[in-house]
Formats: sequence, structure tokens, C-alpha cells
Amino acid sequence: MSAAPIELPRWADTALVPLVSVSAALAVAGLVVLGIGESPLEATALLLRGALGSAEGLSFTLYYTTNFIFTGLAVAVAFHAGLFNIGGEGQATIAGIFAALACLWLAPLPGILLVPLAVLAAAAGGALYGFVPGWLQATRGSHVVITTIMFNFLAATLSVYLLVEIIGKPGSMAPETPEFASHAILTPMHKLLAPLGVNLPATPLNSAFLLALAALIAVWALIFRSRLGYAIRTVGANPRAAAYAGISPSRITMVAMAISGALAGGLAVNEVMGVQHRLLLDFTAGYGFVGIAVALMGRGHPVGVGLAALLFGVLYQGGAELSFDKPSITRDMVVVIGGVIILFAGALDGMFRRAVASGLRLRRAG
Amino acid sequence: MEWVQTIAVIMDSAIRLSVPLLCAAMAGLWSERAGVVDIGLEGKMLIAAFASAVIAAQSGSAWAGLGAGIIASVALALVHGFAAITWRGNQIVSGVAVNMLAAGLTVILGNAWFGQGGRTPTLEGAARFGDITLPFAATLRAHVPVLGLIYDEVVSGHSMPVYLALLAVVLTALVLKRTRFGLRLRAVGENPAAVDTAGISVAGLRYSAVIICGVLCGLGGTYLAVSQSAGFLPHMTAGKGFIALAAVIFANWRPWPALWACLLFGGLDAVAIRLQGVALPGIGQVPVQAIQALPYLMTVILLAGFIGKSTPPRASGLPYVKER
Repeated sequence: MSAAPIELPRWADTALVPLVSVSAALAVAGLVVLGIGESPLEATALLLRGALGSAEGLSFTLYYTTNFIFTGLAVAVAFHAGLFNIGGEGQATIAGIFAALACLWLAPLPGILLVPLAVLAAAAGGALYGFVPGWLQATRGSHVVITTIMFNFLAATLSVYLLVEIIGKPGSMAPETPEFASHAILTPMHKLLAPLGVNLPATPLNSAFLLALAALIAVWALIFRSRLGYAIRTVGANPRAAAYAGISPSRITMVAMAISGALAGGLAVNEVMGVQHRLLLDFTAGYGFVGIAVALMGRGHPVGVGLAALLFGVLYQGGAELSFDKPSITRDMVVVIGGVIILFAGALDGMFRRAVASGLRLRRAG
Repeated sequence: MEWVQTIAVIMDSAIRLSVPLLCAAMAGLWSERAGVVDIGLEGKMLIAAFASAVIAAQSGSAWAGLGAGIIASVALALVHGFAAITWRGNQIVSGVAVNMLAAGLTVILGNAWFGQGGRTPTLEGAARFGDITLPFAATLRAHVPVLGLIYDEVVSGHSMPVYLALLAVVLTALVLKRTRFGLRLRAVGENPAAVDTAGISVAGLRYSAVIICGVLCGLGGTYLAVSQSAGFLPHMTAGKGFIALAAVIFANWRPWPALWACLLFGGLDAVAIRLQGVALPGIGQVPVQAIQALPYLMTVILLAGFIGKSTPPRASGLPYVKER
């Protein structure tokens, strides 16, 4: 999120430029759909109906949105400190291991204690795994981007080792832990809302969604309304000026990476404790990388991140439904769209800014 | 003599396993020496593997596959160049985008065209690069002890891309060190303003580095799909692009050390495969994952300055702005 080389009004900068780049990304996705011999319009209609057309579809959409809110916020917080955390996958993997161990080892505790402890364990695992690259950058000068890439692979091999050799289900070949006790899981939304008279179909949507909404508000308060948030933004804008102002950039680097990792841990809370109820191999399934697209699209602001997460939730759920009807269009389309959005909103934003600027000028002249 | 045979077999598979790393490492080296950071090596290899497998299956020619792999990889490299050089975008962000684009596109297109869950049809005969037996391999093995065996087992009997990859190392080292083009390219990665002042195009040099990077990733990806395996599998690069990146850092952005780093990482892989389920005397059974994790771990330790210092080209990752 570097300083803008081309001056634009604030509304255009925060709303129009992302909108243009997302539209361009969707147009590229449409071309891919066209390229494999399907109609983009028909595909879009199927996608929207699948994601928003029924209570069930909407619940699935919000379940995916939960994942994207957490990973998007994780990337966004690091962005504000001028750090590019692409280790969300690894941080969530470690968080999942911590959460699973808490759920399995603390099973004798009552649910009211166990569930918050396991959520905290997940956050702590993610925070620890984000903190170490931050610490390495702050004290030893190793670049956070490269270390987080390496840490993603280290986390993946560690989880294979643990699931195959140590904490895997006894007597089973599948790389997964035994299922957690029924009081060690997050309440599904349809059960949570049933006493209020709201009848939802049974879906993976669970109370982690509420946690994600709380995280949006908490991150907003942290970044824009707190002393620490001010320090984080100052370091992100200009570490040298921050140092003169008495803010320690290396301390902020470590703190921001830890917060970022803790937020990535939310992905584990939703997937491991809320949906799978056991630790599976590769449960992160690329959500960490899509989080980069979410953060870029949302311009690092929690409101933007929430909206972008919702868009990706729609794409994910709609994509799943779409691949039932059109087997040639798989869910990997979301990965393509994510990639194009990252390219357009993150790396080619200069081009889109210029396009928007000249578009605005034309209108003013005409 | 048993152990010589074993070592030769491990060396042989180390070479086979390090070829994709070698190509990607040389690719990354070219790009980063010119000041364009590239974490999209993985994506470029993946798209090259896919394109080469598709064209090799359609045309029945491995060489046509290689051409297609290189074209696809260069196209993706140009996307990265366009964002990083022309629009001065964030190079890391662009690299992540390249990786995601390749991961998604290969599965979608493969699934739509062949309907086999993203795989391409199995390649046979001339659609694959066959192994080449170098002259006198059998005679030397029969008559010269140890060296003959090593010549036959390790040096001879690889496919064409393996020898091309080794040639690429030699060429990279020579061109970067001994030619005017190489000197200018390195200068652009250290101090682009000086190169610009001398009246040489910064963008032109960086684009050529990015294109060379694409060609080399194309070779590496093609080797994976059309030589090592008989077709494309989704996500078949499996992090090799990132290990190659680790090798570049490990080698301090120099070609010959990068060759050794790749052979070391390939060797670790070969040992890991061999050690599966074997108990070592005194240590017991080493988890395969521990050995697989070593390259990543070593890179982190190296980057933290615990085994020596790594110094990237000074201007790497920085877009060049004429007036600052």
C-alpha cells in the first residue's frame, strides 16, 4: 500500500479503483469460461443462484466468508505495518495443530471452558508462528516474505509428520486426528438460531462467523482507534519517521506479525473446531493465499475486507454449485479470479489508477 | 563394491530430482540479478509443465512440447514483467498472482479439455524425452572400475532436458560474468540509475532478464511433465519453485554455488526417498519429513545470518523510477 503516484479523489481511490480492478478480473474470468466453451452469462446466473438463491446456499456462502474474513484481516494488519505476510497458510496450519491438541487433551473440561481455551490456543499458535518471522526480520534482517514462504512449507511437513506418526487416529491410515468430543466444538448456526425461531438448514456455518464479525470490529478499533494501531500505521508509512517519533519499528514488526498470525488462526477455528471437528491434512486449502486478494481488494480496511470476503464467499459457494451443473468449470476458477485480482489490485494498480484518472478527467471536461 | 553402486544410484537420482530446481534457480538468478524479484518461479514451471504435456500429447513430439512449455512460461513471465517493470507494481504481489493464476488455470483447462480431473493424457514414445546413452558407457562400465560405473550410472543415461539444464548453468555463469550484456544486466540489479545515465535502457535489460527467466522455467516445467513423468498432474511442481528460490539465496545469487545447492537439495530428496522406513544405526528411524524440511529450514537459518550472510542484489525488488 505505497503512496499513490497519481492523485485521485478519496472516494475514487477507495471505491472506484478496486471496483474497476475487480470488474476487470471478473471479465478475465469470463474469458476463461468462454475459452472452455461455456457461456459466462449462464455461468454467472448459476453461480449467483447457487450462492444467494436459497437459505442453504447463503449459509454456505457465509461459512466461506468466515474463512476469508480471517485470512483477509491477517494480511491487512501486516500490510498496515508495511509487511507482506504470505504465511497465512502456515500460521493457520500451526493454529489448527494447537486447537486440535487443546480439544483432544483438555477434553475432560466442560465445553464452556474448553471451547474458549481451544480458540485461544489456535490464536496463540498462529501468533507464535507469525511472531517468529517477524522476530527474524526485526532482529536478524531476514525478509519476512521469504521466511513466511519457507514457514508455510515447514508447517505443512510438520503437520504431515504429526498426523501420520504422532497424533493420527489409531488404527486408521487417513492422516487425521480422532474426532473431538461433542462439547469441544463450535455450535452450528442452525442450532444457535433455532431457539430464536429462525429455521436454517444444517450447514457448516457456525458460531465462528460471529467471531469473524467481532474480529472485523476489533481490527478496525485496533488499527484506527488505538495507540498501537497508530504506531503500526506509522511504521508502515515510514519506519524512519516512526523511529524518530519514539516508536520502535522492530517491536511493531514483531507485534504486527503476531497479531496477523493470530487472525490467520481464525481459519483453523472455523475449519477445525467449527466444521471438520478433527484435524485434517491441508485443511487450509489455499484460503491463506486468497486472503491476500481479499486484503488487497478491501484496501486493508475492515469494511473493505468484509465486503471482499463476502464476494469471495459468493464465488466459492457459487463455484461449488456451478461445478455440479457444469463439470468443466471447477472450483479452481476461484483461484484464477483470486490471482487476477491480486495482479490487478496489487501489482497493476498504477495502470488502473491512470485509467480511472483519465476517465474522471474526461467526464469533467465533457 | 556394493556401496559404490548404492552411492552411484543415489547420485543418479539426485541429478534427476535437481534438474527442475536447477532450471528454476538459474531462472530466478537471471531475474533477480537484474533487480526483478521473482517468487513466481513455481507458477511458471507449472504452466510450462501443463502446456508442454498438452502439446506433446497432441503432436506426439516432445520437442514441440518443449516449445509450448517455453512459450507459456515466457508469456507468464511477461505478465510479471509488465506489472513489475512497466507499471512499477509490487513484485512480490505480482509473483503471488502468477503462482495462483498458474495453479488455477492449469487445473481448469486440463479438466475442461481432457476431463480427467486435471490430468493430461499419458505420454508415450516420441512424446516423451527418452534417455540418452552417452558413447562408451557400457564398455567403460565393464572395463574401468568405479569411474566407469559412475560414468554409466550418473553421467550417462539422462534425457535431453537434463543436459540442457547443465548447459544452462554453464551459459548463465559465462554470460553473466564474461559478457557486456551480463555486466550491464548485473549493473541494473545493483544500480539502475548508473546504467540509465550511461544511456542503456533499464526496462530493456530487465525485460530481457525476465524473458530468459521464462525460458528457463519453461525448460524446468517441461522436464517435469514430459521427461520425468509421462504427463501433467495438478500441482505437480509441489513447491520446487520455492526450493529453487531457497537455492538462489543459499548460493548468494551466484550460478555455480546455485548448481551445488540444487544438487544438495536434490540429493536430500533422493536420500529421503531411500530412507523411507529404514532405521539408521544409532539414530533410529529418521522421519522422511525431517529431511524434506531441511532445505526450507537451512534457508531460514541462512537468512537469519547464522551460517553466513546472504546479500541480494542491491536494487532487487525496487522498481526503477527515472527521477527520484
